[in-house]
Amino acid sequence: MFISDYCHIRNQTLFHRGVELYKGTGTSLDSFLSETYQALKVSYPKFYKMDPLSKLGVIASEVLFSESDLRQHYKPEQVALVLANAHASLDTDVRYFESTKTMASPSLFIYTLSNIVAGEICIRNGIKGENAFFVQPAFDSKFMSQYVNQLLAETKTEMCLAGWVDVMDEHHDVFLYLTRKTETANAKEHSEESLQKLYQFNYGSVDQQS
Amino acid sequence: MDQLINNLKKEIVETLNLKHIKPEEIGDDQPLFEGGLGLDSIDALELIVLLQQSYKIKIANPQDGPEIFKSVKSIAMFIKAHQPA
Repeated sequence: MFISDYCHIRNQTLFHRGVELYKGTGTSLDSFLSETYQALKVSYPKFYKMDPLSKLGVIASEVLFSESDLRQHYKPEQVALVLANAHASLDTDVRYFESTKTMASPSLFIYTLSNIVAGEICIRNGIKGENAFFVQPAFDSKFMSQYVNQLLAETKTEMCLAGWVDVMDEHHDVFLYLTRKTETANAKEHSEESLQKLYQFNYGSVDQQS
Repeated sequence: MDQLINNLKKEIVETLNLKHIKPEEIGDDQPLFEGGLGLDSIDALELIVLLQQSYKIKIANPQDGPEIFKSVKSIAMFIKAHQPA
């Protein structure tokens, strides 16, 4: 199994294969997400309705899938999603709870599940394969490599978007990558060690939040 | 009525996060859902909340929803007819 592509979003900066694609102007995370959406020239108005967790996942997946052969070579059922984070949907849960003090917001309520980000990515990209979302204290490269490798080995999955997408208030940490059964140019082995190494890229810039 | 319609357009854009649309681009009679602005069922719920919060109006019969939320003008007419004195 091979990692064919990866991207990070940390400290209001979007990186693709370790190269900076867009750096925010240092205002709020919400502004950064809107600016990045515009910088990528994505045309998907539904983006503005999403919560920050979904926006982070959609932006990262947009970077990865825009350069991939997703639609040419894979059936919707052959592409899987395996995501994880530490704060589940707590960032939106808190804002939804605040809205209930006056009038509960339906548009916030629909994002009060962590796996909604997976659904948004699937809808945007026409993906219909296996998907799973795990809540873990920190990115677990051993678990992720084993789970995704097993998925690729034992199901009809040919490509998997996997990784970490976490947000709480202004804290955000995203590391998403594409894994395939077949080797592509510049691919890396999908192993615990290579995942840990890739995840650690620029990790010092992540604001820690418990 | 024109002032109410203009206010509603601004509130709809802001409440529904329609950042790709300017309020003035929404036609008074433009359908809000299918074939028009493309709003969905969650947007419909937000519009109900908007009427309750900003105009203190509750929709008594949910079956009236499609007719009330047909366009900005139809919402304005509903508000005019039901706004507390």
